[in-house]
Parts: sequence; structure tokens; C-alpha cells
Amino acid sequence: MGPDAGVEVGGDLHPQVARRPGRPRPRPGRRWRLAVRYALLTLGAVVVLAPLYLTVVNSLLPPSALAERPPPFFPLHPRWHDYPVAWSQGHLGVYLRNSAIQTVIIVCGQLVTSVLAGYAFAFVRFPFRRVLFVVFLATLMIPFEVTLVTNTQTISSLGWYNTFEGLAVPFLATGFGTFLVRQAFLQIPRDLREAATLDGYGHLRFMLRVAVPLARPALAALGVFSFLAAWNQYLWPLVVTGSGDNVRTVQIGLKLLQGTQVSHTDVALAGTVIAVAPLVVLLVAFQKQLVRSLTGGAVK
Amino acid sequence: MLPARSRRVRAVREAALGYLLVLPALAVFGVFVFYPFAQNFRLALYETPPYPGLPSRYVGLHQVGQVLTSSSFLQSLGATLLFVVIVVPAGLLGGLLLAVAAHRRLRGMTVYRLVFSSTVVSSVAVSALVFGTLMDPVVGLLPWLGLNPSPPILQNTTWALPAIAVMAVWQFLGLAFVVMSAGLSAVPEEVLEAARVDGASERTVFWRVTVPLLSPTIFFGLVVATIYAFGTFGQVDILIGYSNAAFEHVNLLVYDILNTIQVTKTPGQAAVLSIALFVLTLGVTLVQLRFIERRVHYGS
Repeated sequence: MGPDAGVEVGGDLHPQVARRPGRPRPRPGRRWRLAVRYALLTLGAVVVLAPLYLTVVNSLLPPSALAERPPPFFPLHPRWHDYPVAWSQGHLGVYLRNSAIQTVIIVCGQLVTSVLAGYAFAFVRFPFRRVLFVVFLATLMIPFEVTLVTNTQTISSLGWYNTFEGLAVPFLATGFGTFLVRQAFLQIPRDLREAATLDGYGHLRFMLRVAVPLARPALAALGVFSFLAAWNQYLWPLVVTGSGDNVRTVQIGLKLLQGTQVSHTDVALAGTVIAVAPLVVLLVAFQKQLVRSLTGGAVK
Repeated sequence: MLPARSRRVRAVREAALGYLLVLPALAVFGVFVFYPFAQNFRLALYETPPYPGLPSRYVGLHQVGQVLTSSSFLQSLGATLLFVVIVVPAGLLGGLLLAVAAHRRLRGMTVYRLVFSSTVVSSVAVSALVFGTLMDPVVGLLPWLGLNPSPPILQNTTWALPAIAVMAVWQFLGLAFVVMSAGLSAVPEEVLEAARVDGASERTVFWRVTVPLLSPTIFFGLVVATIYAFGTFGQVDILIGYSNAAFEHVNLLVYDILNTIQVTKTPGQAAVLSIALFVLTLGVTLVQLRFIERRVHYGS
């Protein structure tokens, strides 16, 4: 992570805290408060991180050590044996690949449809544009769970059970994403569009050569957001990959690990670590984009 | 100046382009959002016969009344509302506390921020497996700490719902932290400094200045948290299941819909439940807009 990755959040400089060399040392009361603040921060960090930390520790213990009292809080003799087991017996290798395929299809699809529609709403004049935009926003009011009954029937009549089409196609468009991209496009100066028109740029060329490159931060934010949402999907993969080992995603794989091998808690935990690892890498690498997308347009 | 005819041709072509760009997203919404949403209202009027293979029977509003007054629906509704009432305030308050604690430019703050936002990468399945182990009556940490009710937490009619809520709150903390942090960083430091110069204590500054200035963010978080809480069910599916003794007490509405589709196989009843979930989510959001947003302070 870059040194300034955290500045996005709470980047204000607080004069009473940011000491410069040469200033008088802080009064004892202030130092106390600083210590209390660090203590609270560390407490918060322990509470947030403990569940995942203990999962990693437990995944490195032999099954016999899991029930030891007091529980071991540090793996003195880490044992990696459960990882290959989770990978091969739990089919996590296959499931990770499936999750990756499903996620890439959804992320690319959402980016493309959001750019096209977002561009139309920002730059193209056509009748009922406002009405259609409201229709797009209305999709945000309908939770996916509410459409489940008929969507399962649709997928079944299309013959899309246990296929990547069934997993991904319902999510190839997003009202939130279209809104995000439209807002980014609207910030492009109108003069630029007019100048491009004079240069003979049609809509498509302007979209690809000017608008999309200028909206890159918003697109990156949308990409990270849809990646996260797609990778972590649970309800829909559960419904449409009932018997399909070759398309089942890693989230459902985790459920199976938990369900079928009750006595193999250590393997299930190793599987959990394997499933979450790609996203930890993503978080560390794209923290800024993630913050931008999660806060949407709601926070300046 | 172009002749009128050519201008008209141009406008038509532009309009056609607009529709073409909107079409892909609109097609997905039509098939997988609006059609299944509307279909609920038709399905709700038809009853599935007890033997498979027979055509479904039109029963009008009879089925709607039957489902909405059934004890299983009322129990599910109660559990869902209790769940929302626990998860939403706990998640938002936790996120706010962490954000306030981390809102200083101190040494090491980047690491704290990364840790606090880390649970955004956790999925339903990950949180279920992590906490399922922590709460396990034999190998779990909580029983060792003395939290060991009988029957075990996840089979306990009293404790299963709060336990699932803890998992949901933990999973939501990262998002709440990111949103609240972004809101805090938009609060102008000069205003806080002015209040301090006027002799306000840190507590007064926080409650009388920071919180009102942060209220749009808190409101945004409230809406997001509510929708998140209403949609939660995965931990119940993974850790409890419908054959568990505590099942009726954690039968969250989405899980009820899923089981009505997959186990009972009565789409009509599932459609009624879906409409109920939609009305509930929309209703709570509207109430929040009507009564809480009035107290939100939007800056000039």
C-alpha cells in the first residue's frame, strides 16, 4: 500500500495533534489522551481482526489441538496440511476458478452496460430520456430477493441451471453503476464535447477516446465494487448451481465444506482463508477505489 | 445553418443511438428485475396444487390472506424485524465509533484504517464459517470464555438470532467504517475549531457540531444498513438450516422465501412473501425518509 493510501479517509490535518519539530512538547494531559486513543484504536482493531486471526491460527493447528483449553492463540508448530486438502478434496481450486470466471463476466458486463447507458443519459438527446433514467433508478428500489421466484423459473426455462450464463446474465446491468458513470460523465465540460464535434468526433469516438478515459476513477470504483459484490454473492449461486460442480462458486463451496465434513473444522477453516485471500489482496491494492465506490455519490 | 430536413434526420439518428445505448441494460432489467417483480402480483393469486403435475388454481386474494396471517409468516416477520433492530444500530454505531477513533493523523493510522475497513471483503459464507467455529460448543472460543448456554448457541431458541446478528454486524462494520470515515473527512475542521475557541467541550463539539454535520452520511448509512439487514439470511442457511431446533426463531424472511421456493415448492406463497418483503423494505425506507431525514442537516 502506498504511503498516502489512507489519506482519502479523514485526510484533514489536525493542528492540535500534528506536531512539528521545534514546537513545545505536548502537556502530560495530552500525552495521556493520546495513549488512551491508541489503546481504544488497538482494542477496536483486535475486536475487528480477532475472528479472522483466530481462523488463520486454527487452520494451522492439528485437529487435536483445536479443542485444547486454553485455546492456542498462536500456532507454535504451523501445519499447512489442511490447505492442500481443502484445495483438492473441497474442490476449492475448481470453485475459485468458477468464482473468477463468474466475477470477470459480471464486472466486464456491468462496466460495458453502465458506460453505454451512462453515456446516453449524459450526452445523447432522445425522447423519454428522463423517464428512462427514473426507470433505471427504480431498479435500486427492488431488492434482488424479491425477484427470486420468477427468476428461478426464467433460468429453468432457458435451460441455464448450472451454467455460467445462469450465474452471470441477471447481473450484467446495474442501476447503481449507470448512475455512478452518468454522474462522472456529467462532470466532463460541455465545451469539450462541442470542440470534439467540430473536430469531427461522432458520439462513439467521443465516448471511447474522451469520456471513458476521463471517467477512469469512477469506472475503477465501479469495477472494484462489482468485483466485491459478485465474488461474495451467495443467494443466487446457491439457487442456480444446485448440482453443478463445474460452475459452483467458492462461497457455495464453503457451505459444502462446513456441511459435509463436520469433523474437519480445520479443513473448513483453511478453505475460508483460501476463499478470502484474493479479496484481502484486492483490498490492500485498491483501498482508494473501494472507498470511493462504497460511498457512492452520497458523500462528497 | 443546416436545412430543417437534415437537422431532423440528425435528431432521429441521435435518438436512435440513445435507445441503442440504453437497450442492453434495459433488456437485462426488463427480464430479470421488472418482469419477475410484476410477476409476483400474478403468482400470488394462484395456488399450487398438493400433487405435482396439476395446473395451478386461481384463488384470488385468498392465498394472500392465508399466508400473511399464518403463524410461520408472523414468526418470520418478528424474527426479521428483531434482527433489523439489532443489526442496523449496532453496525452504524460501531462504524461511527471506529471512524471517530481513527479520524486523526497519527502514526500508524493507515494500518488501523486498513484493519477497520477489512471486513468489507468478508462474505456471508466466510463470516458464517469464522463465527460458527468461534461459537462451537466444543472447540469454540466463546464457550471457553464462559458463554456456553445449553442447548448450544446456534441451536438455542434465545441465542441463535443474536448470534447471527453478531456475524452480520461484524460483516457490515467495514462498510460502515468506510462510509462514516468519508463523511467525517468532509466535516470542515474550521467549524470544529471555532466551536472549541468558543469554549465548547470535546463532547459538546462532537454531539452538537460533528454529528449534525455528519447527519447526511449517517442517514445514507441507515438506508444502506436497513436494506442489508433485510436481505441477510446466508448465515442461517449455512449454520442453522431448516431442520434445526432453533429454526423458527431465526427464519428470516429471505430464508423463508428461499425454502418456500425450493423445499415447499409453492411459488404462489413465495410470491406473497416476496411482496411482503418488498413492502417492508420500501416502507421502512420511506418512514426513514419521512421522519428521520427531516432531522438531517444538509449544508448550504
